[in-house]
Amino acid sequence: MTTQATEAAAAATLTSRHLLGIAGMTADEIGLVLDTAIAMKEIGGRAIKKVPTLRGRTIVNLFFEPSTRTRTSFEIAEKRLSADTLSIAAATSSVTKGESLLDTVRNIEAMSPDMIVMRHASSGAPHLLARTCRSAIVNAGDGMHEHPTQALLDAFTIREHKGRLAGLKVAIIGDLLHSRVLRSNVILLNTMGAEVWACGPSTLMPPGIGGFGVRATTSVDEAVEGADVVMMLRIQHERMHGHFIPSVREYFTLFGLTPERARRARSDVIIMHPGPMNRGVEIDSEVADGPYSVILEQVSNGVAVRMAVLYLLAGRDIDVERGEG
Amino acid sequence: MPQVMDADRMSRALTRIAHEILERNCGLDELALVGIRTRGVPLARRLARALREINGDDVPTGALDITLYRDDLMRHAVGPQPVVRRTEIAFSIDDRKILLVDDVLYTGRTIRAALDALIDFGRPRGIQLVVLVDRGHRELPIKADYVGKNLPTSLSQSVQVRLQEIDGVDEVVIEGEP
Amino acid sequence: MKLLLKGGRVVDPANARDGAFDVLIEDGRIARVGKDLPADGAEVFEIRPGWIVAPGLIDIHVHLREPGQEHKETVLTGTEAAVAGGFAAVACMPNTEPVNDHAGITQFILKKAAEAARARVYPIGAVSIGSKGEQLAELGEQKTAGCVAFTDDGKPVATALLMRRALEYAGMLGVPVIDHCEDPSLKGDGVAHEGYYSSYLGLRGIPGAAESIMVERDVSLAELAGAHVHIAHMSARESLRAVRAGKARGVRVTCEVAPHHFTLTDEALDGAVKYDTNLKMNPPLRSAADRDAMIEGIADGTVDAIATDHAPHHPDEKMLEFDRAPFGIVGLETAVPLVFDRLVHTGRITIGRMIELLSVNPARVINVPGGTLAEGSPADVTVLAPDREMIVSAESLKSRSRNMPFDGWRLRGGVAATIVGGRMVYKNA
Repeated sequence: MTTQATEAAAAATLTSRHLLGIAGMTADEIGLVLDTAIAMKEIGGRAIKKVPTLRGRTIVNLFFEPSTRTRTSFEIAEKRLSADTLSIAAATSSVTKGESLLDTVRNIEAMSPDMIVMRHASSGAPHLLARTCRSAIVNAGDGMHEHPTQALLDAFTIREHKGRLAGLKVAIIGDLLHSRVLRSNVILLNTMGAEVWACGPSTLMPPGIGGFGVRATTSVDEAVEGADVVMMLRIQHERMHGHFIPSVREYFTLFGLTPERARRARSDVIIMHPGPMNRGVEIDSEVADGPYSVILEQVSNGVAVRMAVLYLLAGRDIDVERGEG
Repeated sequence: MPQVMDADRMSRALTRIAHEILERNCGLDELALVGIRTRGVPLARRLARALREINGDDVPTGALDITLYRDDLMRHAVGPQPVVRRTEIAFSIDDRKILLVDDVLYTGRTIRAALDALIDFGRPRGIQLVVLVDRGHRELPIKADYVGKNLPTSLSQSVQVRLQEIDGVDEVVIEGEP
Repeated sequence: MKLLLKGGRVVDPANARDGAFDVLIEDGRIARVGKDLPADGAEVFEIRPGWIVAPGLIDIHVHLREPGQEHKETVLTGTEAAVAGGFAAVACMPNTEPVNDHAGITQFILKKAAEAARARVYPIGAVSIGSKGEQLAELGEQKTAGCVAFTDDGKPVATALLMRRALEYAGMLGVPVIDHCEDPSLKGDGVAHEGYYSSYLGLRGIPGAAESIMVERDVSLAELAGAHVHIAHMSARESLRAVRAGKARGVRVTCEVAPHHFTLTDEALDGAVKYDTNLKMNPPLRSAADRDAMIEGIADGTVDAIATDHAPHHPDEKMLEFDRAPFGIVGLETAVPLVFDRLVHTGRITIGRMIELLSVNPARVINVPGGTLAEGSPADVTVLAPDREMIVSAESLKSRSRNMPFDGWRLRGGVAATIVGGRMVYKNA
């Protein structure tokens, strides 16, 4: 058929059969995911929000850490692609019975899933599984390491608004030390040529952040000045126990995104937050609900981006798993 | 590689099809064109233009990407996933007569996928199939309602449709030994 | 029973001897060291050209895991690994189950060692009961039972006061206190060296200062007590500075460095196999600057000994999430090749200095016989093959465990034979 030749020519592919992190992805691969997500987003606007693409494929969502937003987003993405899905939460799994991660996953693998979407509190847990398991592994957040689909949906949202990523000033503000969203976003934005500023209290600044290729500052004003995008990170109340911050009150005073601070950004700035949000802690409600906030768009784009990732990986998966060709 | 259609013949074929569409449907009421990506889309637009020239009315035109409906999607040997493009159907297909447009009709599998995809958008009154070239070798019970040219081919041959909008030239060529 | 080591180069820094000599062993002791000794009925072991006859190597930081964790290692398998690695003697840490905090356990270990009859085993007792940092263990009885030093290894001696008393009391007994230096609050639940790589990989960090703060404390307390403190597995450049300063003002402080700390850095965590738990040890692999400082300290004499911190773990225990896996790697069988390949063949130290670090000084740190080929001393001898090419294979280790990051490494330098008390307990000739 005539169409095959052009499709082959236009097709790019992901080199890995897993999505463990943004690290290792090229700009072309990131672009492919974002472009594919455009088509996926259209499906979400239809009356029948479902395509038969992953019919007969089984995807297990294995969440060792509580998550509503990300798990729901993956589940919807999977269902829109017609995959059979199963979600397992850590509380109901064998992990609490002292079973090791590998044994838990081997038991699940014995039931032949095609993909495992996993969230885990330990950095690198998906890498351990990717080395030892047959299924394709999609990292839905590992410890303080990466959260690649979040960075991809952030990039998708930014691109929708700005038309590009290169050359934009993106300020990421908050608990930098513990944030996997920060790490994935920094790697992605650097790969795509954006100028990234990272801002937070000195106690929550990752050691060696100089190596991340970002401009680090403890001044919100400096970070926000002239920014095209301001991305707020969640600050967890537990952080007070590690002597990271004296109080959430003081944190808001020094680092909260207030309307006054937001005004230092470009007039067409977009304000982002990966959620869940702490109003009055890291972000003022007026900003969170204001005209430049794209926080809810991020959530809807999450489904499209995750559909794109699952679609692109599903094809890769065949090659290795079934040994075809 | 013998050229089996040039720009002129292609244009005449499309004009003829436009007339046939008008005859068969007694006018353009409730008609809509949906081109299958990639080359069905410019062909659908050309047909819309031809219909307007004849009749003066605009026919809504959309683009359908059938990648996610393909039955061979998860059966690729080694190779990348086909690129998914946007489907753009900005009108309701409910109770309309849809003219589905593609460049080449071959096994029928693309059309099968397109029918599935289309049905997900609503319940059209009817679907008619328009193809520029029918090269035979059907694997599914599918038949075109309007054909620009019937082209007997062997399985080893391939048919290339090139369009000005995409390829910079209008022609149909047949490659390979018969 | 006589054994003649014929030919080869004898390197015996304790006796300032370095040259071509034969060594005659009789009744478990060095009988003679001289030129062209006659066989005279002795069994002859031909030392090949290029090989080196050295006093038996001593590893003063080994976890033999027995009693209690025999699935990781036993006195038998651990001492098999030791002699295969060229070590004629090892000192074993008290963090067994139960903790070696009383004479019964020391006697048990010594009994197992006698049955194994491989390397000599010198038990090290716990400073505090259960290594809990609360109450001083019976150091006097432990010394009588055979302990050569005291430590709460695995964790630091908990408080400055306990450390002070331990130093004073052990000083009275003439044995050192060995400390695993780490400030628990700074270490927190850290699992990797705090720096770019820990941040990049999202691993909780352990700063070098967590170690050096405790080294500073211990140096000050050794000064106060007038006793000998030995710093275990030193890894941070700040610690080296503290030891150097202590030595300069005459404090009795000694220290050891493990092979992985002069070989690897935290960059390895981001290598081909990410989050490899065989790169997880405590103290962690540190920065390149720390690694270079360790090599400098080894070369300039600040570092007294190289000790492996041989820490076997079962594969099931290591096949976990990085932050859940236990700390430690096995090291007995790779120490000599690593020292040759990374320190001797690179010109950082001489073979004489290597023998000081692996034999002479370890014997002095824990006050045991050995480290010498003097006539009349116990015949513990290691025959080294400096140019032997080898590919490290975790699969073929004598140790019961395989947890190490050196699998597949191509190294130059090995062990040809290990002789303990005149008995050839390992030969790879």
